[in-house]
Amino acid sequence: MKKDQFTIKNVLLPLGVVVVAVIVWHFLCAFGILPAIAVPTPLQVLTGFAEEARRGRLFDDVIASLFRVMIGFVLAVALGLPLGLFMGLYAQARVALLPAVNFFRSLSPLAWIPFAILWFGIGDTPAIFLIFMAAFFPIVLAAAAAVAGIPAVYFRVARDYGFRGRELMMQVTLPAIMPQVITSLRVTAGVSWLVVVAAEMIAGRDGLGFLIWDARNALRPDLLVVGMIVIGIIGVVLDRLLVQLTRIPSVRWGYDK
Amino acid sequence: MTNKMLRLKGVSRSFGAVEVFQNLSLDIAQGEFVAIVGPSGCGKTTLLNLLSAYDQPSSGTIQRGGVLRMIYQEGGLLPWQTAGQNIAMSLRGLPNAAERNRQLQELLALIGLKGFEGHYPHMLSGGMRQRVELARALGGDSDVLLMDEPFSALDYITRLRMRQELARLLHERPRTVVLVTHDIEEAAHLADRIIVLSERPAQIRCELQISLPRPRDLTHPEVVNAVHCILTELGLESRESAQPQMSYPIERMSVFMESEEQS
Repeated sequence: MKKDQFTIKNVLLPLGVVVVAVIVWHFLCAFGILPAIAVPTPLQVLTGFAEEARRGRLFDDVIASLFRVMIGFVLAVALGLPLGLFMGLYAQARVALLPAVNFFRSLSPLAWIPFAILWFGIGDTPAIFLIFMAAFFPIVLAAAAAVAGIPAVYFRVARDYGFRGRELMMQVTLPAIMPQVITSLRVTAGVSWLVVVAAEMIAGRDGLGFLIWDARNALRPDLLVVGMIVIGIIGVVLDRLLVQLTRIPSVRWGYDK
Repeated sequence: MTNKMLRLKGVSRSFGAVEVFQNLSLDIAQGEFVAIVGPSGCGKTTLLNLLSAYDQPSSGTIQRGGVLRMIYQEGGLLPWQTAGQNIAMSLRGLPNAAERNRQLQELLALIGLKGFEGHYPHMLSGGMRQRVELARALGGDSDVLLMDEPFSALDYITRLRMRQELARLLHERPRTVVLVTHDIEEAAHLADRIIVLSERPAQIRCELQISLPRPRDLTHPEVVNAVHCILTELGLESRESAQPQMSYPIERMSVFMESEEQS
C-alpha cells in the first residue's frame, strides 16, 4: 500500500533519470556519435512537438486513438465478463468453450489485420475490431478462472444465510472475482493500447499509429519520436488510472496479503 | 423433550465404497454443548455436514429443530464485506432497517468489537475474525451452532481466549452447540458431553459427561481428568497413570509456568 507514496525522492529520482538521458542523447547527437540522418536531436523533437501541437493534429490523433481503445475495450469487457462468468460457473461450458477461447487468445490480434480491412475498410471500425479481438479472450479466460477458483466456503456461507440467484451473483460471485478481474483489466488495457498503434498504421487515416507511419513516410524522424513519446506516456497514464480501481475498499483484500 | 433438539437415527453415509458412518444414532438436547472428537479422517466434518443438511445421509433420518448456523475453521467471513456487513448477513430476515442496525450494534458490543464495524476481515486479527464469525452465527435468533474446528487456525493463547469468549457468549445467548474438534483439551474445556468416535466406519466409542459449569479452568481436575479419559480411550495414555502426578519442586514449577505464559 505504501509503494505509491508521493515523496520528493519518488518524484525527483525518476525525473533525474529522464533529464540525464536527454542530456546524454543531446551530446551523442552533438558530437556526431549518433548520425543525424538516423536519430533526431532532442531540440528537433521539441520543435516537432510544438509544430504538431500548434496544428492541432497531435491532439486529434490522441483523441482518435483513445476513442477506439475505449470502444473496443468496453465492448470486450461487456461481452467477455458475462461469458467468463458463465464458463466459470458451468463446468460443461468450460469443457466446450475453453479450447476455442485458448486458440483465439494465442492468435496474435495482428493476424486479423487483413480481414479487418477486408470486412471493415479503413477508419475506426477495423481498429475497434482488432482491439476487441485482443482484449476479449484474455478477459473471458481471467473471469472464468477466477470464478472457478472461488473458495467453496463462500458459497456455503452464502447458502447458509439465504443468498440466491441474482443476489448470490451480485453479492458473492462478482465481488469474489473482482481483484482478479481488475488485474486482468489492467493487462488487457495495456495490450489494447499496443494494438491500436499497429491497427492505425495499416488501417487508419488518423490516430497515433497513423502519425508514426506518416512521419516515417515523410522522413520526419523527429515526429516519429514525438509519436513514440506520446504513446508511451498515455499508456502509463491509462495504467495509472486503472490502478485506481484497486483502491476500492471492497477489493483491497485481494491485494493486501 | 422440545422440538428444538437434534436427532440422528440409524444414520449411514458412504462415499462410493468408503463407509463413513454405519448406523449412527445420536440425540442432542436443546441447550446442550456437545463436542465430537475422534481420529482424523473418521468423519467428524461429514457429521457436521449431515447435521447442517449440506450433505444427505445414505440411509437413516436426521431431525433438526430451529435455525442452524455453521461456523467454519477460517475464512468463513466474506472478505469483500466489512465486519458489520458480515454480521448483518444473519439479520437479513428482519424486515425493519432500524431494528437490524440495533441488533447489529448489540452484537458488535457483545463481542467487544464496537467501532470495528467498518473494518474488512483482512484488517482484523485471527481472533477478532473468529469473534465476528461467532457474532454472525448468533445473530437473527439462531438456535444451534455447528462449529467445525473453529479455533484451530489460531495460536494457543488466542485459542484459550476464544474458548473463554465462547463460554461467555453462550452464557449471554444460550445455544445448542455441536463442536467438532481434534483438540481434546478444547472439548474437555468447553463441552457438557464429549462423544469419542472410532475409526471408519465411525461409531460412538464412548461418551463423557462433564457437569462442571462454564467458564472452566483448563487445569481444573475434572477437565484434566476428562482429557486423560479421552486420551486413554484413544489408546494414547495408559490407564495406570489415572491420577496425574505433579512432582515438580516448587522453584521449578514457577519457572515452568512463566515460560508457558510467554509462549
